[in-house]
Amino acid sequence: MTKRTWAVLAALLVIACVLPFVLSNYRTFQAALVLVYAIALLGLNILTGYNGQISLGHGAFYAIGAYTAAMLMDLAGFPYWATVPVAGAVCLVAGFLFGLPALRLEGLYLALATFALGVSMPQLLKIHQLEKWTGGVQGIVIAKPDAPAFFPSIGLPLNQDQWLYFFILAVTLVMFLLAYNLLHGRVGRALIAIRDQHTAAEVMGINTALYKSLAFGVSALYTGVAGALGAIAVQFVAPDSFNVFLSITFLVGIVVGGLASLPGALYGALFIQFVPNIADEISKAAPWAIFGVFLIAFVYVMPTGVAGAVRILTARRKSP
Amino acid sequence: MLLETKGLHASYGATRVLHGIDFALEEGSITTLLGANGAGKTTTLRALCGMVKTSGEVRFAGKRVDGRATEDIVRLGVAHVPDGRGTFAQLSTEENLRLGAYTRKDKAAVQEDLERMYGYFPRLKERRRQQAGTLSGGEQQMLAVSRALMLRPKLLLLDEPSFGLAPLVVQELFGILRTVNEKERVSMLVVEQNAAMALDLADRAYLIETGRVVLSGQADEIKRDDAVRRSYLGY
Amino acid sequence: MTFDALMLQVIAGLATGGIYASLALALVMIYQATHLVNFAQGEMAMFCTYIAWALINAGMPYWGAFVLTVGIAFVFGVLIERLIIRPVENAPVLAVVVVFIGLLVILNSLAGWIFTYTIKSFPSPFGVQPLFGVRFMSPHQLGSIGVTVVVLALLYAFFRFTPLGLAMRAAAQNPESSRLVGIRVGWMLALGWGLAAAVGSIAGMMVAPIVYLDPNMMGGILLYAFAAALLGGIDSPGGAVVGGLVVGVLENVLGAFVIGNELKLVVALVLIIGVLVVRPSGFFGRVHVSRV
Repeated sequence: MTKRTWAVLAALLVIACVLPFVLSNYRTFQAALVLVYAIALLGLNILTGYNGQISLGHGAFYAIGAYTAAMLMDLAGFPYWATVPVAGAVCLVAGFLFGLPALRLEGLYLALATFALGVSMPQLLKIHQLEKWTGGVQGIVIAKPDAPAFFPSIGLPLNQDQWLYFFILAVTLVMFLLAYNLLHGRVGRALIAIRDQHTAAEVMGINTALYKSLAFGVSALYTGVAGALGAIAVQFVAPDSFNVFLSITFLVGIVVGGLASLPGALYGALFIQFVPNIADEISKAAPWAIFGVFLIAFVYVMPTGVAGAVRILTARRKSP
Repeated sequence: MLLETKGLHASYGATRVLHGIDFALEEGSITTLLGANGAGKTTTLRALCGMVKTSGEVRFAGKRVDGRATEDIVRLGVAHVPDGRGTFAQLSTEENLRLGAYTRKDKAAVQEDLERMYGYFPRLKERRRQQAGTLSGGEQQMLAVSRALMLRPKLLLLDEPSFGLAPLVVQELFGILRTVNEKERVSMLVVEQNAAMALDLADRAYLIETGRVVLSGQADEIKRDDAVRRSYLGY
Repeated sequence: MTFDALMLQVIAGLATGGIYASLALALVMIYQATHLVNFAQGEMAMFCTYIAWALINAGMPYWGAFVLTVGIAFVFGVLIERLIIRPVENAPVLAVVVVFIGLLVILNSLAGWIFTYTIKSFPSPFGVQPLFGVRFMSPHQLGSIGVTVVVLALLYAFFRFTPLGLAMRAAAQNPESSRLVGIRVGWMLALGWGLAAAVGSIAGMMVAPIVYLDPNMMGGILLYAFAAALLGGIDSPGGAVVGGLVVGVLENVLGAFVIGNELKLVVALVLIIGVLVVRPSGFFGRVHVSRV
């Protein structure tokens, strides 16, 4: 990465750390959600953007992460921070397992299968027999965590929203760093090779089956971690919030933000968090109408998303 | 002249395949385009039908047809029997034939033509309800030619009609083509690798090499010219 | 579980199965012509059903509104193909899927915006009295089966016996050869979409009296239609019909006796994944071999 990129990232980090002290609690909470969505979108991007496997059901992994966190806190008394890695691990396994049969499915058929998963997720979460764990239709309510005693003791009193924001920020930084290493190394190149020239990749000796299933697993892990963080932030999980429209929201996020792009995850997260907020004022239907129009418009006009546009604009300024 | 090309260039994407083909076809004649594999013969036929990107002039019955859509060129009376036959494999033999007449409005005449095709090719009549994909290679070729003739075309383009067929079958087919040409005044442009049989059938011949016309003349003159035969046609 | 109870569920299953079969057929028609799965098929059907509702609400008699809606749906389908799908027909799969999802979402929100999210009731034209003295089926069930049979018969006759139907089949199977006989392949595609939309609208109008009219009513039904189309073979119209009936019966029988009503969508999910993994070409479809 160039010196300029480091400078930009450092500046962003400083801004990110200052935000909770200048924004209201509600805005801090929203900012935290943006970070959560960024992780989720990064997850979907690993699978669809970098590896070319279309998923219309990633909301399901978000749900699994969220429910894992909620159930561990509610039933097993886990502290909130411990639920995050567990949620990640559970989703890694779930994603990998789903990825195995998915190996035989190409583009459209995989989209179909994941679409089915996304549509039926709420029903899966409402299964009668599992109600005593999942809370059935009402879901599970979890307590909002307090900042650790450490902070007030050093004279830096953080309220709940601020602490949550920093906790999520820390996780986001770790996740993005890991993704950067993964995607810019051999693994990333293998994933992209599989996406662009599947047969050639196989012939070159890349174990496409392994990489594709791993991509599913890792992608699910990211989205599951996001789900766990989201559950903790929102303090509540219920089946009907994890329907197919959540999966579609994620799709909107990566298309608008930019496929196969790390900064794209952030742009997309900003879009999917704030458009509904603003559009809701117009009407209940407006956010989705906007999402739909943007989906189609971006395919026609800006297929590389906002990240692609930014790349083009900053590249132009560099050339003499 | 029924068909004329002037400076016909054609490309597949960025690759230029035809480098300025000029030829002319007289109404009522059979002309053959000869050349080795990859010389550009199939591309020439496809260019005439608007199936590849072209530049240069193509005139059919005096009107310019370069740049027009395939469906429109067909409606002017040009029928193309493609390389690989282009059979509608999942439809029946008779459905294939009826599709050949899709653009025609004269129902009674279409029915007449159908019977006439069955007359030329009785084996097709036996298999009229059979799925076309299950016909043998020779039968599919006859089906492809008949389908093209169902258009009542003014010009028939044939791409390697002898391909994969036993010599006797080819003779039968070419005999029928001769008959159709003489009795119904259908002009023909035949692309062939099998130069000997093509020169027997045709009136005029053009030889194409790497996208250019290198030789042209009366078919029987070329057939008799030993030097030409040996150096260009390999026999 | 008595025999009578089982039969009741089987018959109910055949009635809803007919609706799934119609929607599955619409999906197969578009797949055959374009090799694309129309994710927005359900929302298109839902939107047209709302149009029917609006016409009936404005005072039009049921069958008049029905016919007009089918006509509007046809035009709607043609327009969508020409304006929105045509530009991306040859684009990479992801782009096409995204456009379909965009369409789904726009139609869903448009319906919500124009007609509100309040659940509405949609009339059944078959009344409450037993039709033709049949007592083991509700009039609507019998009527739906009747409508399904008529629609399927008309479609079959159209494709099998008319020149236009033949041309559409040809264009779907072999676009290049179709051009060589003068068929305008682009318009055949648009017509296919129009027909699929019309069939979908009929499915919507048959199902709305049962599940009530609401912008999200077709989500689950679309899933069943996918399962049915895959089961029968995504490129086999006959398979779609059989698949629809099987899925309808399975849904009802399993729902009533084995798993309860809340898990019905999970059945569809299992069917879809099962078919895709075990036998992707379905029971009547053709196995595709891709050449490397």
